[in-house]
Amino acid sequence: MATAAFELAQKRTSAVPRSIRRDPPLVRWGLTALALLALGMFIVLPLVTVFVQALAKGVPAYLAAIREPDTLSAIRLSLLAAGISVPLNVVFGIAAAWAVTKFQFRGKNVLVTLIDIPFAVSPVVSGLIYVLVFGAQGWLGQWLGDHDIRIIFAVPGIILATTFVTFPFVARELIPLMQSQGTDEEEAALTLGASGWQMFFRITLPNIRWGLLYGVVLCTARALGEFGAVSVVSGHIRGQTNTLPLHVEILYNEYNYSGAFAVASLLSVIAVLTLALKKFLHWKTKEGAT
Amino acid sequence: MPFKKPSILPGFWPALSYTILYLSLIVLIPLSAVFLKSLTTSWSHLWKVVSSPEVVASYRLSFGASLVAGMISVVIGFLVAWVLVRYQFPGKALADALVDLPFALPTAVAGIALTSLYTENGWLGRYLAPLGIKVAFTPLGVIVALTFIGLPFVVRSVQPVLADADAELEEAASSLGANRWQVFRLVIFPLVRPALLTGFALAFARALGEYGSVIFIAGNMPMKTEITPLLIVTKLEQYDYAGATAIAAVMLTASFLMLLGINALERRTRKFMVTG
Repeated sequence: MATAAFELAQKRTSAVPRSIRRDPPLVRWGLTALALLALGMFIVLPLVTVFVQALAKGVPAYLAAIREPDTLSAIRLSLLAAGISVPLNVVFGIAAAWAVTKFQFRGKNVLVTLIDIPFAVSPVVSGLIYVLVFGAQGWLGQWLGDHDIRIIFAVPGIILATTFVTFPFVARELIPLMQSQGTDEEEAALTLGASGWQMFFRITLPNIRWGLLYGVVLCTARALGEFGAVSVVSGHIRGQTNTLPLHVEILYNEYNYSGAFAVASLLSVIAVLTLALKKFLHWKTKEGAT
Repeated sequence: MPFKKPSILPGFWPALSYTILYLSLIVLIPLSAVFLKSLTTSWSHLWKVVSSPEVVASYRLSFGASLVAGMISVVIGFLVAWVLVRYQFPGKALADALVDLPFALPTAVAGIALTSLYTENGWLGRYLAPLGIKVAFTPLGVIVALTFIGLPFVVRSVQPVLADADAELEEAASSLGANRWQVFRLVIFPLVRPALLTGFALAFARALGEYGSVIFIAGNMPMKTEITPLLIVTKLEQYDYAGATAIAAVMLTASFLMLLGINALERRTRKFMVTG
């Protein structure tokens, strides 16, 4: 008797939250429809329009626009800039996260805030700062000019600007992850006689691999897509200092809309792949955490 | 107190020195150039640049449009986060992934895509034009672009808070006689308010400096649809480095204040999540 009453009472309490937290169907469907409409209008439609406009003049025109030498050189330059800035920021991200999460020291919070700065700076200002340092009028302008080294309006400037805007991505992913993992496993490895590097490659790196990859994906996507900062330092020389996003702008301003959207569609494919990878890695890090 | 607590883990000094060196070379020293360069120009000239009518008009647009876009992002972002956390529907995982598209899509691509949607013969513009609503090449277009950019910040700030919200709070409220609307207004909303504020601040800060997605749809008419970052680019193209730097100093000061504010807000939200 008593157990039956208890079970009944339990059934009732477990049934209560569901009915209270569940909105009436009309509200539920109404809000869902509104939210999906908003997502559709603000996010899906712009994405769809890129591909529709890119193919507006047919597949052969699309392929021709992508095979154009200027487009190919833009692809190469974008890959080069990402290929240099991403590894730089990976090394930095690991070093910063190691120092910040595995040790207690004064001024740590200030350091973490400083790492975030590039996210807070307008892309245009991110480009400008390198013009002020390396440009003809800049701090090192005279010296660079004398030695015939070009940084601004040349490839090194593009790489620097890309590095700046993608600076915090890896560190930002790793810091909370390594914070939550603590130092127990590393300490155990050391007491068992592992060397510093053995500990890093056998304990730390495997522990952070999905988070690290996640950071690399975000970093790469932004590196390939950066526009404002790169635009300021590039000088827009076709076939030489033109990245993919800058090439989109040039084609668009020349009223070559299908060409601009064809190049934009390449970047959109990368964006969609990034989202898919992000979802996958997010799931992987969660799986690793539990 | 010593600088660092003792630890048996190796690599503190190399890691910290490298972090500080790299941070200084890539970020701090180049950024300081903006302020040092501004100091070498006379104050009266600086003031003349940053208070000229064209520049002031751009502050008004950048600030106003970012504010409005931030508020629209808060409303839509809260709705989207609510639906994604509370309801089940087919395609939910896809909708959730798509929320991040503005983070992943290069701004120039977003810019030309939005422009083509909202021009007078665009997919959306052609229905708005007969109503007398012009979006492309007006301040409204700037707001649309900045809302696109800001939306994910709000959704991603609110979502975890909403997901962690304790069901017992709502049950208690409703067992004490609150109706659904009262529960929402008096229990749920206060719970997510700090997260909404953080999301708004992040979206607003990002919108202030945004360039790529705006310049195509804005049309860049002097005094009307020129955003502040565009003026920096314009001055640079005219080789007016002092002018560009002066405006950049104003923008940097604004972004640093925002960064400090956001950090304080995020700390408060986190505290709220732990205690609440």
